[in-house]
Amino acid sequence: MKRFLYELTESWKIAAAQMYANKTRSMLTALGVIIGIVAVTLMGTAINGISTGFDKSMAVLGDDVLYVDQQPWIRKDDWWNFRSRKKIKTEYAEQINRMIGAAPKSNLLIAVPASSWFRSVKYNENQVNNVYMLGTTSDFLAISTVDCAKGRFFNEIESRGGANVVVIGYDVADGLFPSENPIDKMVLINGQPFKVIGVNTRQGTFLGLFSWDSMVAIPLPAFKRYFSAQSESEIRVKVKDKTKLAESKDELIGYMRRVRELPPEKDNDFAINEQQAFKSTLDPVKNSIAVAGLFITGLSLFVGAIGIMNITFVSVKERTKEIGTRKALGARRRTILLQFLIESTALCLVGGLIGLTFAFFMCLAIGKALPSFPIEISLGLVVTSMIVSVLTGLVSGFAPAWSASRLDPVTALRYE
Amino acid sequence: MLNTETMRPRGPIVIDIENITKHYVMGEETVHALRGVTLQIHRNEYLAIMGPSGSGKSTLMNMLGCLDTPSSGRYEFNGKDVSAMDDDELAAIRNREIGFVFQTFNLLPRATSLRNVELPLIYAGIDPVTRQERAAQTLRDVGLGERLLHKPNELSGGQRQRVAIARALVNNPSIILADEPTGNLDSKTGEEIMALLENLYQAGNTIILVTHEADIAHHARRTVHLRDGLIESDALSEATEIQTLAFT
Ligand SMILES: Nc1ncnc2c1ncn2[C@@H]1O[C@H](COP(=O)(O)OP(=O)(O)O)[C@@H](O)[C@H]1O
Ligand SMILES: [Mg+2]
Repeated sequence: MKRFLYELTESWKIAAAQMYANKTRSMLTALGVIIGIVAVTLMGTAINGISTGFDKSMAVLGDDVLYVDQQPWIRKDDWWNFRSRKKIKTEYAEQINRMIGAAPKSNLLIAVPASSWFRSVKYNENQVNNVYMLGTTSDFLAISTVDCAKGRFFNEIESRGGANVVVIGYDVADGLFPSENPIDKMVLINGQPFKVIGVNTRQGTFLGLFSWDSMVAIPLPAFKRYFSAQSESEIRVKVKDKTKLAESKDELIGYMRRVRELPPEKDNDFAINEQQAFKSTLDPVKNSIAVAGLFITGLSLFVGAIGIMNITFVSVKERTKEIGTRKALGARRRTILLQFLIESTALCLVGGLIGLTFAFFMCLAIGKALPSFPIEISLGLVVTSMIVSVLTGLVSGFAPAWSASRLDPVTALRYE
Repeated sequence: MLNTETMRPRGPIVIDIENITKHYVMGEETVHALRGVTLQIHRNEYLAIMGPSGSGKSTLMNMLGCLDTPSSGRYEFNGKDVSAMDDDELAAIRNREIGFVFQTFNLLPRATSLRNVELPLIYAGIDPVTRQERAAQTLRDVGLGERLLHKPNELSGGQRQRVAIARALVNNPSIILADEPTGNLDSKTGEEIMALLENLYQAGNTIILVTHEADIAHHARRTVHLRDGLIESDALSEATEIQTLAFT
């Protein structure tokens, strides 16, 4: 055991000396691993980022909220089948809430109406286009995870009265008020003046998916007053217990059929959407991207590994006489095997560390250039890429190390 | 000249080989490097193996040094049967019992004298402190106390061979095997190395020397002549004869 330890330390020293003695060659070989690790790490980070981005965007939907819409989010059939359906009316929310109140054991908590459309928002010279404008009630606070960084959400009085007040997302605030405090300023939405009463906390956007940052929310009566001509409505229903989503969904379907006055033989003419269904559709896509990405970048690491294998073979060949000498002095097969394995591993580790450093700075740069992309280097990723480097070293060094350990001492000593 | 069998040298038998053969198959033909060699070497002998080029000296030496196993025949080293051992067992024997001195020194080029001499101790599992002390002491013993941290390319040929000898000695082996140890040295340096080997012999070491030069073989007390893979003669050198006779 002790002897093994001494041999191990010795092997690391030899590996270091060997690398130092062949600096150029080692660097060139390590370059393959560096590129491979940079590629794999960046890809891993990107996949992580995509995943976090999706999850974050999903979180806005809430995993305990059911969405009553005209159409399912993920359509399997022809779009036309849904197009002919009746629209969802915001009044349904009150009806559903009454039914919830009447059912003592209801799984549902509260229904909130939400109308929406895209509009431009203006303040003095500044204008932000394509803002997702939401008309809702003060109950919205009960179902949303988003809170205000500055100011507040509109209250019940403003909500019922349809006051001209607006809560704006982070990016909207940023676009309209680069250097001012937005609170109490008047902005124009389609020419109508609204007073800013709150700014949402920054959430971060990802591929333009559902981000709060580019939304504004106004009281529903105000929305109806100015914008109902062009809008889409849905009912958002929060459940009491998100582990009972299926039961909650069934209950809600029952209520909606009553609201829509559907006879039993008719199919539902509405859709109950939820985050999970969306997620389970996106997950396979996400996973295929991950597999394809890692495979492609893995190839570059593979090329690096071949470089390592090649250089280790060269090293074994060059040092055949040394191997013979070591064997004559009592080095066993295992000792020689270990020595060359450690040499290839050390090379990969150095390459891996340099690669990781590069990847780290590249991530910083990407983070700076594309602030909306949720890129982050996690400790797990660092550990993984180190393990990958070590494994690369071990795998690519094995064949040459094995051939070295099998060398016949006499032949090796005679080698010139 | 007297035959060894009648001479009864001192000390227990270290090497006992009987009817050893070694052949190499090279394509169609078989090269018989050793055709049946029988030899006994006792502790604290100083033996030279001589013979023309191709006579099998190196093959025999590899055999004696447990670097190679015979095609047939029996080999006992300190009473243990070596001919049946596997690679790792042979490595252990080489590490503990045999010190090699090569014609080309075979030092690790990037390691200091000290690290070169430490090498067999690492393979023997000796701890770093003891290792360094013993390696340094052995280097001082061969007269290189001032050159512990020099690398081979900072040393003269003679000094390199001294490092190699220190490396061979450091594990207190049963035998020291030197294959043409002066082959790469000028005659003056060669003589210095031979004087060092003489000292080691006087200090109780067992030395086996392979050489084709009579001048060098002359230092040994017993000389085995090989020809075509067979022992042609095995005799004490004259000086020894006189010495031994004087003792009897
Ligand atoms: N590895 C080998 N393969 C084939 N033939 C060999 C090998 N080693 C030695 N021989 C042959 O065996 C004979 C003895 O060689 P060797 O022991 O090296 O002689 P010496 O050292 O006395 O010059 C020579 O004919 C040589 O060609
Ligand atoms: Mg020879």
